Amino acid sequence: MKLVYFSWIRERLDMSDEEISLPENVISLGDLTSWMNTRGDEFKAVFEHKNVVRIAIDQEHVDDMTLDITQAKEIAFFPPMTGG
Amino acid sequence: MTVSPHVKINVKIQTDDFDLNIEIDKLKYHNKNIGAIVSFVGLCRDESDSLSALEIEHYPGMAERQIKNISSDAIHKFSLFGITAIHRFGKIKTGENIVLVIASAPHRQAAFDGANYVMDFLKTSAPFWKKEHFKDGVSGKWVDAKDADNTALDKWKH
Repeated sequence: MKLVYFSWIRERLDMSDEEISLPENVISLGDLTSWMNTRGDEFKAVFEHKNVVRIAIDQEHVDDMTLDITQAKEIAFFPPMTGG
Repeated sequence: MTVSPHVKINVKIQTDDFDLNIEIDKLKYHNKNIGAIVSFVGLCRDESDSLSALEIEHYPGMAERQIKNISSDAIHKFSLFGITAIHRFGKIKTGENIVLVIASAPHRQAAFDGANYVMDFLKTSAPFWKKEHFKDGVSGKWVDAKDADNTALDKWKH
């Protein structure tokens, strides 16, 4: 699975994307964000702000943390958008 | 969703600038029933002479998809004939264009509403992020999302 990051989240994690193998116990989107929070200080600095991090699965916005993500190809994490 | 041949949606995400007149002409000649065209151009302002440029990041693929969806919603909601939406990315200096939205319709009210609607949703749900570069050489403050942009959406909830 590919994870992609944008804006200050990309800068904080010092990478724009990564390929990962999910741990077996990570099934839902909520499981994923909880797991991300355990991956080190930089990840914790991002993922402890749950109300700030926005998520897209395969380029569709999602906010239902119970969604099954095991078949997702690409999951993106980014702050609220500021275009226009 | 069926899109009539009389309807045109043109979305581009690009680094280059755009030419308003050329884009209006492209939208104008496909349908002789167009009676009104409204265009909006968003610029990079200098924030009281403190800003030198904005750097705009986007999510390729999703950015196009979101703006196409928003444009399609606007076409159906206001019975428009066309929407052109162009958003630039990369480094944009003060005074330069950032975004263009053009709406065409039989009458002016639909064209005004259509352009307004697309801009309101583009600001809050199209994946773009702006970083400010200041004249004093201090690089790098990501622009925060504004509550006003979210409350702007309330007017379309009826």
